[in-house]
Amino acid sequence: MTLSSAEPTVQAQASTQGGERLQLLRVLGPGHVWALGVGIVLVGEYMGWNFAVGKGGMIAGLVACWLAGLLYTCVAMIDSEVTSTVAAAGGQYAQAKHIVGPLMAFNVGLFLVMAYTMLEAANAITIGFLLDTVAGLQGHSGLHQPPFIVLTVVFLAWLNYRGVLATLTFNLVITAIAFLAIILLFVSVQLGASHVPLDFSAISTDPLPYGWLGILAALHFGLWYYLGIEGTCQAAEEVRSPARSLPYGTMAGIMTLLIAATLTWYVCSGLIPWEYLGQAGTPLFDAARVTGSTPLMVLLFIGTIFSTLASANGCINDASRAWFSMGRDRYLPSWFGAVHPKYRTPYRSIVFLVPIALIFALGAPLDQVVTFSILSGLLGYTFMTFNMVMFRRKWPLGTIKRGYVHPFHPFPAILLLLICAATYFAVFLGYGSQLIAMMCFYILASLWFHFWRYRFVRRGDQFTMPWPRPQGC
Amino acid sequence: MAYQPPKQGFVGQIVDVAVLLVMTVGALYIPLYLGLAGAAKTPRPIENPTWEALGQNAAEQAQWQALGIADPAAASDIVTARFDYSFSWAALLVMAVLVIGYFVLVVRLSDKEYRDVIAERFDRK
Repeated sequence: MTLSSAEPTVQAQASTQGGERLQLLRVLGPGHVWALGVGIVLVGEYMGWNFAVGKGGMIAGLVACWLAGLLYTCVAMIDSEVTSTVAAAGGQYAQAKHIVGPLMAFNVGLFLVMAYTMLEAANAITIGFLLDTVAGLQGHSGLHQPPFIVLTVVFLAWLNYRGVLATLTFNLVITAIAFLAIILLFVSVQLGASHVPLDFSAISTDPLPYGWLGILAALHFGLWYYLGIEGTCQAAEEVRSPARSLPYGTMAGIMTLLIAATLTWYVCSGLIPWEYLGQAGTPLFDAARVTGSTPLMVLLFIGTIFSTLASANGCINDASRAWFSMGRDRYLPSWFGAVHPKYRTPYRSIVFLVPIALIFALGAPLDQVVTFSILSGLLGYTFMTFNMVMFRRKWPLGTIKRGYVHPFHPFPAILLLLICAATYFAVFLGYGSQLIAMMCFYILASLWFHFWRYRFVRRGDQFTMPWPRPQGC
Repeated sequence: MAYQPPKQGFVGQIVDVAVLLVMTVGALYIPLYLGLAGAAKTPRPIENPTWEALGQNAAEQAQWQALGIADPAAASDIVTARFDYSFSWAALLVMAVLVIGYFVLVVRLSDKEYRDVIAERFDRK
């Protein structure tokens, strides 16, 4: 695998089995990386983040937004350094393979697949819910949601099946429109477009309905504002210049999301009673409803649909590439490691993950699906902390070429670990059973991999970077 | 000599995929389906609720109405629902042991595998 290649044509190389091994196309620029990251995450402003308000109140929701922003700043700093150096499909999965070991890589691959597949399911649920709401507003209550959920997942899977460039260009456009919708809502409300005034009196009358514990509890869903931004590095093998484009796209994405998250909290908290906001399915659309402005309602309806489509689209892209990478390395059956002969996409992985997304989209409540996604993301962020420390210890600065070196090491890793620990406790408050179920799943999967699946893995092939031997090994 | 993994047949691959699917659905979906997992948020209804009794001022009442909820009784369950954050320290300890134990397990077993990888990659030259 030639990581420095910028050749935008299909490459083929002899595989170890003597056949032709097709590779993914290097066609993506920084704009696509931004769109992939923000496209997946922007939906966090359109749904899910507001459960943080439900867990702790308005102030807790804002504090959670900023604390989570701090967490993701650490994630972006760490991820930019490691990803710009280990630029291979699978992102953190490839990092774990080279830095910690195969079992960790298998787990990280599963974190990515589960986080993105659950997020995809949450997006499909939101689309069904939104269409039901709008149908109700038009006097057609009781819309049957499942067909729309299935249609969403299957259509986007088909789009991904056909090709990554078309898919992410599509994402770039609809993400930009969804982001613009939030800005327009904020500006319109500030200019007095709302028939109902902004009201923040709950901040003084009921500032912390759960006390200080509520702030900690709210951190659980605070992650939803940004969850998935690290997905930028999933397409590392398809980026023309990973060392430059990946850090740039990720950092630009974090800045975009910090702005959008703050604006979203401000508008929604001012227009919607916090008790309603804490359990709403589509908070930004609800905020537009409260303004009484039909154009804003239409705009936020489009924004919600576009953000969920962009997110689900990016999730399918990322989850399938993580699954594909694991298949290619035989961590999973090698059948999944195939690239489509015409479209150059990991088509078998794309198709395989469709029914898993549908099981949860059709059969689980939104907050539970969101929690599963958050938990998988959280486990991945925890991994990043010791992965970063091990990376610097095994290959100190100067021993290998890094695309980007993040400052203040190990402070970001320590801070990230502390916020992760607080978030585990936050999930434990109210959703402890999901946390235990998730941990049992990963422990079982780890034992299965180590004692069974690993026998099919070629040992030496797990280290493909042109680096010197790691120190201490 | 480099490790040569056994070739896995088609049926073996299908079985492996089925095992993963069963683990995913069994550990994550079945508890939800059986109602064993879920958020602990419960309403605390009050009799004959009014907007004032529910602590909603005039602006908030207008917001509720814009959201299509004009009757305080309809809003009562939403307004009064709260999470129960009481917990036992034993349960918290179990969670901590699970999370920390999981990472210790994975890192230790990974390290064992990683040494094989490094040995094969760098020692065979």
